Amino acid sequence: MVGRVFEHRLTLYRRTFRSSIFSSFLSPVLFLTAMGLGLGSYVSNTAALGGVPYLDFLAPGLLAAMAMQTASFEATFPIIRGFIWNKVFHAMAATPITPRDIAVGSLAWIAARLTLTSAIFTVVIVFFGAYESPLVILCVPAAVLTGMAFAAPITAYSATQKNPNRFATIFRFGITPLFLFSGTFFPISSLPPALQVVAWLTPLFHGVALTRSLSLGTIGADPAAAVVHIVYLTTLVIVGSWLATRTVERRLVGG
Amino acid sequence: MPVNPTPPLIHARGLTKRFGEFVAVDRIDFDVAPGESFGFLGPNGAGKTSTMRMIGCVSPVSEGVLEVMGMDPGRDGPKIRARLGVVPQQDTLDTELTVRENLSIYGRYFGLSRAEVARRADELLEFAQLTERADDQVEPLSGGMKRRLTIARSLINEPTVLLLDEPTTGLDPQARHLLWDRLYRLKQRGVTLVLTTHYMDEAEQLCDRLVVMDKARIVAEGSPRSLIEQYSTREVTELRFAPGIAETLDGKLDGIAERVEHLPDRVLLYADDGEAAAVAVHERGLRPETVLVRRSSLEDVFLRLTGRSLVD
Repeated sequence: MVGRVFEHRLTLYRRTFRSSIFSSFLSPVLFLTAMGLGLGSYVSNTAALGGVPYLDFLAPGLLAAMAMQTASFEATFPIIRGFIWNKVFHAMAATPITPRDIAVGSLAWIAARLTLTSAIFTVVIVFFGAYESPLVILCVPAAVLTGMAFAAPITAYSATQKNPNRFATIFRFGITPLFLFSGTFFPISSLPPALQVVAWLTPLFHGVALTRSLSLGTIGADPAAAVVHIVYLTTLVIVGSWLATRTVERRLVGG
Repeated sequence: MPVNPTPPLIHARGLTKRFGEFVAVDRIDFDVAPGESFGFLGPNGAGKTSTMRMIGCVSPVSEGVLEVMGMDPGRDGPKIRARLGVVPQQDTLDTELTVRENLSIYGRYFGLSRAEVARRADELLEFAQLTERADDQVEPLSGGMKRRLTIARSLINEPTVLLLDEPTTGLDPQARHLLWDRLYRLKQRGVTLVLTTHYMDEAEQLCDRLVVMDKARIVAEGSPRSLIEQYSTREVTELRFAPGIAETLDGKLDGIAERVEHLPDRVLLYADDGEAAAVAVHERGLRPETVLVRRSSLEDVFLRLTGRSLVD
């Protein structure tokens, strides 16, 4: 019945499909033009970037960061909506659908959304020529993994909330700092040593590093690092999904 | 228990629901037979909704026995829910989808094929008198229309039992009568209805049999008629006195009726002949501002059993 929960979101998505696809194209085009080409033309010290143009350095980082943002949004407001604003999850719980189906189906939907937006972003990267290796194609699953490492635990948290008031805090003090300081725009080696450790602990850093190692083709140089990134992110997805199943169940079944 | 050869669809013994220390449902017993319309009548907070949620397999039983269609809600929740229709107290429609989409996606939750869902949706739109609004968004619909859509939605899986939690609360009289008519048709088709209400007229219209709940317990059980016969008189005479007079009536009404009930705004005389009671009041020199003789209702039964009115 997981598929039926997914189908509900698909039915809703059909209404905004066109504008959503359009902005999925537009946003990377604007970012890569302004920051990659515009701002990047002033970046001369490319040695610290691994000897590649700034555009090539930036593009995979932005892809991973975009996946984080899309995932975080999809894991907050639509979840609250299902519990409170129109109680769709309560309606589902009265049918053969189980709370577990609702949690897993919601996460499956987010994974599908991420696949679509990441694929579009990757096409834009290729169009800009902002890659060094044909492995750029694997940036799609890497970005989806990055996004899901956020979506699963945030879904678990959202299912415990009675209103969206705390979501602003997540975005202001979680998502935005990560976006700026996890190696998306500059290597974390430019940060003070103490902050480098903090950056290394954040999931977005691992997502950015993994995605970048694929589009730059540097993954072969340090396969152990890639394994660490994948294990770290996958662990978050698994633990987060398990927690989400628990919190959704508790919310729907109550005492 | 009446002698009944067919096993009950719903069977509860010592059914209890606790939330921490709070006891919402306290060791209640009841059976619902196939094809029957069964009601839980009681004020807000009596435990009706908690009972419905346990039957609907969305809230675990704290203690006691509950069987729904011979199955255990704790173990066979999804299987039982597949054969239930649920009309919750608050609408859970997806306001961003159209009327028809609400029906079809809900049918999909039961594992029905798209073709089957489309066929049933057309039928149910007709039944709920919503065909003309089929492709409109749900949000701007009136309360009565939303309620009819919720009922139509609950029928998409052709349920054996329909659970209705306060189906007409908050609706205007016209919308309520239209809804009752639809529910009556379902009953004629043999659908088992289980409903909660705090409206006595609703219980009298729809229920073959009901239990009166108060403070988490069942305080009486029977058909609306038998409950009235057992706990009330045939007629009731309602007297309204000018302000200040009611407090001076001590003992002056004794012996006129089987029972006298003093409410804040009126006095009720329970007597088999209401007219005679009204005449007797006048003969004692009392001059109420208004006198109304009416038949006993479930409201009177509730007042007798609990000492309080149903609707505050």
